Amino acid sequence: MDAMVRELSYAQAIQEAMAIAMDMDERVFLMGEDIGVYGGAFQVTGDLVERYGADRVIDTPISELGGAGVAVGAALTGMRPIFEFQFSDFATLAMEQIVNQAAKMRFMLGGEVSVPVVMRFPAGSGTGAAAQHSQSLEAWLGHVPGLKVIQPATPYDAKGMLLAAVADPDPVMIFEHKLLYKTKGPVPEGYYTVPIGKADIRREGCDLTIVATSIMVQKALDAAAALESEGIDVEVVDLRTIRPMDKQTVIDSVKKTSRLMCVYEAVKTLGIGAEVSAMIAESEAFDYLDAPIVRLGGAETPIPYNPELEKATVPQVPDIITAARALVKGVR
Amino acid sequence: MAGASKAVTESRANLPFVYRQYSAEQLRQVLYKMYLIRRFEEGAEECYTRGLIHGTMHLSIGQEASAMGICMPLSEDDQITSTHRGHGHCIAKGAEVKRMFAEFFGKTTGYCKGRGGSMHIADVGKGNLGANGIVGGGIPIAVGAALTSKMMKTGKVVVSFFGDGANNEGAFHEALNMAAIWKLPVIFVCENNGYGMSTSTARSTAVKNIAERAAAYSMPGVIVDGNIFSEVAEASHQAVARARAGEGPTLIESKTYRHRGHSKSDRNRYRTKEEIEDWMSNRDPITLFESELREFGFIDDKGIEAIRGAVAQEIADGIEFAKASPSPDVRDTGSYVYTEQA
Amino acid sequence: MDMATGQISRWFAEEGARVKKGDVLFEIETDKAAMEIDAPASGVLRDVTGKEGVDIAVGAAVAWIYADDESYAPISPLEGEMSTKSTEGVASGGTALEPRPVEPTPPDRPAAGRPPVEGEGRTRATPLARRLAREAGLNLSTVSGTGPHGRVVKADVDAALSSPLEGEVSAKRTEGVASEGTALAPSPVEATPPDRPLAGHPPLNGEGDVLRLFEAGSYELVPHDNMRKTIARRLVEAKTTIPHFYLTLDCELDALLALRTQINAAAPVKKTEKGEAPAYKLSVNDMVIKAMAMALKAVPDANASWTESAMVKHKHADVGVAVSIPGGLITPIIRKADEKTLSTISNEMKDLASRARSRKLKPEEYQGGTAAVSNLGMFGIKDFAAVINPPHATILAVGAGEERAVVKNGEIRIATVMSVTLSTDHRAVDGALGAELLVAFKRLIENPIGLLV
Repeated sequence: MDAMVRELSYAQAIQEAMAIAMDMDERVFLMGEDIGVYGGAFQVTGDLVERYGADRVIDTPISELGGAGVAVGAALTGMRPIFEFQFSDFATLAMEQIVNQAAKMRFMLGGEVSVPVVMRFPAGSGTGAAAQHSQSLEAWLGHVPGLKVIQPATPYDAKGMLLAAVADPDPVMIFEHKLLYKTKGPVPEGYYTVPIGKADIRREGCDLTIVATSIMVQKALDAAAALESEGIDVEVVDLRTIRPMDKQTVIDSVKKTSRLMCVYEAVKTLGIGAEVSAMIAESEAFDYLDAPIVRLGGAETPIPYNPELEKATVPQVPDIITAARALVKGVR
Repeated sequence: MAGASKAVTESRANLPFVYRQYSAEQLRQVLYKMYLIRRFEEGAEECYTRGLIHGTMHLSIGQEASAMGICMPLSEDDQITSTHRGHGHCIAKGAEVKRMFAEFFGKTTGYCKGRGGSMHIADVGKGNLGANGIVGGGIPIAVGAALTSKMMKTGKVVVSFFGDGANNEGAFHEALNMAAIWKLPVIFVCENNGYGMSTSTARSTAVKNIAERAAAYSMPGVIVDGNIFSEVAEASHQAVARARAGEGPTLIESKTYRHRGHSKSDRNRYRTKEEIEDWMSNRDPITLFESELREFGFIDDKGIEAIRGAVAQEIADGIEFAKASPSPDVRDTGSYVYTEQA
Repeated sequence: MDMATGQISRWFAEEGARVKKGDVLFEIETDKAAMEIDAPASGVLRDVTGKEGVDIAVGAAVAWIYADDESYAPISPLEGEMSTKSTEGVASGGTALEPRPVEPTPPDRPAAGRPPVEGEGRTRATPLARRLAREAGLNLSTVSGTGPHGRVVKADVDAALSSPLEGEVSAKRTEGVASEGTALAPSPVEATPPDRPLAGHPPLNGEGDVLRLFEAGSYELVPHDNMRKTIARRLVEAKTTIPHFYLTLDCELDALLALRTQINAAAPVKKTEKGEAPAYKLSVNDMVIKAMAMALKAVPDANASWTESAMVKHKHADVGVAVSIPGGLITPIIRKADEKTLSTISNEMKDLASRARSRKLKPEEYQGGTAAVSNLGMFGIKDFAAVINPPHATILAVGAGEERAVVKNGEIRIATVMSVTLSTDHRAVDGALGAELLVAFKRLIENPIGLLV
């Protein structure tokens, strides 16, 4: 298993995963808006249409609800569609098919069917696309039993988790932060999977656990590096999957460090941070907490256009450093 | 009866479509199934009234010819998506009433092991991908199933049943458009019973006939009297042939009427007793089909009585089966949310 | 749907009316909607027991339709009523709505929802600090917090535990240790933090309230150390939650004093680093401890501890002895004092008292116990009443032995007399039982040979 490891971008890693999946299984195909000759709004599908043809890299009309429903119907009848939303914001148009149909079909039919659809959602702010093209809606879908919701943070995970998603018998929703697409990292050639439902400890530390998702993982790591010089030793847990959540990894980490901070880009209230915090408060790790839990999340506002405002609405590295310092040193 | 039917068979050339297309035995089977649908729903309604079934249900009494006519040319491999008013579709596609009753009673022997109930009744083994609680929810799914058929070259045809209410949902328009541009083997069947819950199509829909919507998606739009079995079956037959030939989708508007209210909470304030009475007395699909069968010599009174008796027995047995079946264990509430992985 | 009943809002046909199948018979209302019910058959409507506006169990018959050729015998009104009632009864019996006895809140538990009292009352501490303190038997209110808002954090607990002030570890330790076996789910009782003020008791006057009464500069403020805080808290708790009951008796000491002299004279000489010393030297207090222990054994019902659900009846007499130390007091315990010889008790007591003064006692040496002795005789105190130190049910306050005029058989004579007052926790030890214990004690003191057997 000495697969050749290259530096690939996050987008390239996803594209490679989709190509491998299509090579391995004729039931796998891609659907989405402008994913063919255009290559996808973020060039994730790239030239796949030239390699696999328009029958397997299907441009849909601008019909998010219908398109998602077609993907669900195809999955229900044996296919393995990978459906790309052009922006995760457009998932709001397709909530019916995602929430009422894909998530519940197996349950409503008493286990007689499964819906192995994969849906990809380019998400997040930082591109100047303003309020309707910058949201982080993963917690919306994370609230729905029947769905699996993942947020790979690195090219390696993006490829491995997408391949795991294609192999998964249930609907898997992948939230990909748009600013991650161009980030690079080591990616092995060939087929491998990264398990859904398993968090990853990106950095070990003993003073503070930062549970981060998606693009916030790298920000947390940058903050941790800066805090190291102050003698603060941060453990960074990349949640990777928000449903089903890997509770044990977070619990074990908090038991070790006694402090917890959740960092995520989505609006702070009623989000992943609330879930992780409550989960810890309910767990055996509660009796190990030596400080209040802190959440750093997006501001209670739509994402603004102005670049300075846009940055200010989501946690940045200095915000994480300041909050971590206050938490560990107890100056609040 | 054999003699009578022999005499008539010679003159079948002048008879409506189904009498030319199908054997007497097949047609008697259709009558049996139309009765089975009717009695199943009456039985379910009675059980509901007695408190044996909870929740609600949407009865299709009066629409039996539509369900049977559309499913007539379908093979067991072909697939359907159905609606909240889907009991008739389910039986027409081959489901057993005892397992349907069991589902309505919330029992483990039901088609959905008690998790779905009336509104999610399905029989995947017979190609029924499920009723749907969301108006228009099944239409894009049917298109997806047709995409599978086309990509995997299975030759399957998919029928999407929906009501007049769904024709104003975005999903209807998006799905018809996609089915047309990709020439998918799917048949859109709008069972127009005149009312989306309480709102009449005249008040809700800009076109006079929903079939006219087909023009917008470059597919044939066919209007049939949904209460005349032969008319429905003929339209379906043509649409299935078109789909199997790879020529793409068809929209069939089957004009019909539901005798009962929208659901169990309906007090029928939006339509008159006279209107209901007229449809029940003069345009009942079973009565119409039965008299045609009799008139053309495919059945006699004795044959009809035999069918009614056999149906009554199957219904009674089905209810007994449902009553005797076990309920799910509350400890299994979490089952079937995700695929159990070894 | 968990609909168990519905109501008929309106009947469209009357008793005795001829109805046709499909006619609207009545309208019912559920929690969701109203709906019309059609006649399921044709015939004559009879026995309309389902009245309008009354809750009717789902599945109950509301009327009967008789076929034309069917004979009809009306049911009596009484029967009708009865059957309605019984259906209702069945319906309610089938639901989960049966009234459940409301469990009374134990009176000594703080009422749920009561906000924690800020300031002196509740201690701010992190869950980790609370757990570590609980496991170590450390009373958090005695630890000063260095975290935000004065919150006690792990570092504060660590510091407190490593300081020589181990004496502040509270009597909760045994509970804390016991709870370790039961995973981390705290039992309801333990869920009440040990340092929470007592429910229904107003917090003590604030500092400001007291200081206002004195002129500035007329006093010096000495901050409480942890021992002072512990003593204050435990005494308030004991005196406010335990119904104290007091019994006083005089004991003549002459026989005991004589015996003591005799025993001490018989002590063998032991070689120590500082030269030769007697192997033991009994004090009167040592003999009082032994007498108290033996009395507890003789009256076992009084050798008890009160808990909410049960009486804890002890098999051994573990006698705590109040020892005054600089800045406070502490009560080390002579375990199984009833089984120990006077010399053992004496030597053990000397060791405990000396280590108590240097604050070197281990928690297990001063936690628990079944009764206590407090002796202020050395100060010449004649008689006093002591505060019970839970989990004890009794404490014996011992006054000075002094020569008094005693009247016996009509004659006045001089005797050495010691007054003792027994405080009992009346929940555990009633007056008569306490008296029995005290009499047993007196008998041993006045017939001290019994202490040797």
